[in-house]
Amino acid sequence: MIVERVMDAATISSWMREVEASVRVERDHLVQLDSAIGDGDHGINMARGFEAVVQALGADNGSPPGRLLIIAGRTLVSTVGGASGPLWGSALRAGGRVLGDQTSFDGAQLAEVLAAALASVKDLGTASLGDKTMVDALEPAVDRLRDRIANGEPVAQAMDAAAAAAEAGMRATIPLQARKGRASYLGERSVGHQDPGATSTALILRALQRAITSEA
Amino acid sequence: MAVETTHMRKFLNDPAAVVKESLAGLAAAHADLLRYDVANQIIVRKDAPKKGKVALISGGGSGHEPMHGGFVGLGMLDAACPGEVFTSPVPGQMLAATKAVDGGAGVVHIVKNYTGDVLNFKLAAEDAADEGIKVTSVVIDDDVAVQDSLYTAGRRGVGATVLAEKIAGAAAEGGADLAKVTDIVKRVNARSRSFGVALSSCVPPASGKAIFELPEGQIELGVGIHGEPGRRRAPLGYASEVVDVMVEAVLSDLKPKHGSKVLAFVNGMGGTPLLELYLVYGEVDKKLRKAGVEPVRNLVGSYITSLEMAGASLTLLELDDELTSLWDARVHTAALRWGV
Repeated sequence: MIVERVMDAATISSWMREVEASVRVERDHLVQLDSAIGDGDHGINMARGFEAVVQALGADNGSPPGRLLIIAGRTLVSTVGGASGPLWGSALRAGGRVLGDQTSFDGAQLAEVLAAALASVKDLGTASLGDKTMVDALEPAVDRLRDRIANGEPVAQAMDAAAAAAEAGMRATIPLQARKGRASYLGERSVGHQDPGATSTALILRALQRAITSEA
Repeated sequence: MAVETTHMRKFLNDPAAVVKESLAGLAAAHADLLRYDVANQIIVRKDAPKKGKVALISGGGSGHEPMHGGFVGLGMLDAACPGEVFTSPVPGQMLAATKAVDGGAGVVHIVKNYTGDVLNFKLAAEDAADEGIKVTSVVIDDDVAVQDSLYTAGRRGVGATVLAEKIAGAAAEGGADLAKVTDIVKRVNARSRSFGVALSSCVPPASGKAIFELPEGQIELGVGIHGEPGRRRAPLGYASEVVDVMVEAVLSDLKPKHGSKVLAFVNGMGGTPLLELYLVYGEVDKKLRKAGVEPVRNLVGSYITSLEMAGASLTLLELDDELTSLWDARVHTAALRWGV
């Protein structure tokens, strides 16, 4: 029998630091992707937002993990602008509300956090799978994580599979024609480009996998 | 294949501070009309809040100057919320602006239809309602270059934004109530259509790189105002031919009745001189009259720009007597001023 490790506030802080490092390194790549089918600011906005999140969490004094997600979400809403600010901001807040005031959470609860984040993104952004948006990376990851956890897989391994599903979803946006967001204005010309929002979403989920693995 | 120059020299101290430094300059130049609230990054009409007057606020990414800060003043906006370059502002800015200008008669949010602007304004309107302020929101979506359907983000908001801010601002100045001012914004939007053409890309200060490259002899048809590529490229023809495409695109969607009176707005994207904009207006005027539409009012100049992009957009607004008299009403802002 596998003894499942519990995750806590440190996991969330570590996740946000991993995201900040990752979007900083990939900043120019995200700008390049966004220049092709958007307005070229995605990498700059995400880098600014997660830098502020790391600062906000650094100043926090012992809040539980759900509360940290809510603070992170609020920070994104108030610093990023664009569509990604409200979308990821609402996503993290919705995820944080799932955890309430509990001090630790397990793999099944992590899956519920991400499921709530996905529901919030779809509700606010009115996007569905295949619209060439961040949903194309987030939804497959949530489904994969839920399945693997339900099958009794350890959370680090399940999250690795979920991050891989997000990356596959990200690559699958290339042939799609955008139906939501700024890329949709290009119509058929959006085909052949990888969606920047799906790309940063894959980075965020890979960062979560690293945060969980590094603690194990 | 020859391409245009990707780099451009800009007046900058710190690329990350360009918006704040520009807003400080706007406030220094027009201290009689407006003030700059640095903490909230908003431009507020100097005499706001005006008790009993419906207030109008708008906002969006920077890089479109004079929109929106240049439209704050008598007979137009009460506040503007500028985001980073080409990035929508955050809800805290709109909430602060809403609170700063509410004179008790309610506040109208004029929102351009971009996913980011719509989402951030939506969150701000919810927060304002929680604080007991009456807020209505109207989304401007006049760009015929974008196919509209239930399954897409819909048309972009472009030139009609300027016209709606002027006309509804006049209604509010004249004492119209919240429902009436909101209705005027909706009417202007419903009766306006726009189409833009780019002759060059533009260079956001933060990245320092052109958003797209136009091969020699090619233009982008159906561009927006964020340097995003248009729907298709075409060879650069004579101005008369390019204007034909613009007029046809707008008229075929607006479908004005024969003999209709319109306001024709020829807008520069930032890098096209008035010399050419008036040439374009001359073509537009001729073609409209030939099509049985009378341009009884016009606006020619760079009012909703895309940094230094060379290009122009055409907006037509089908007028009625009420909209015409509101357009003629006095206005005193940094960018539009008449009747005072």
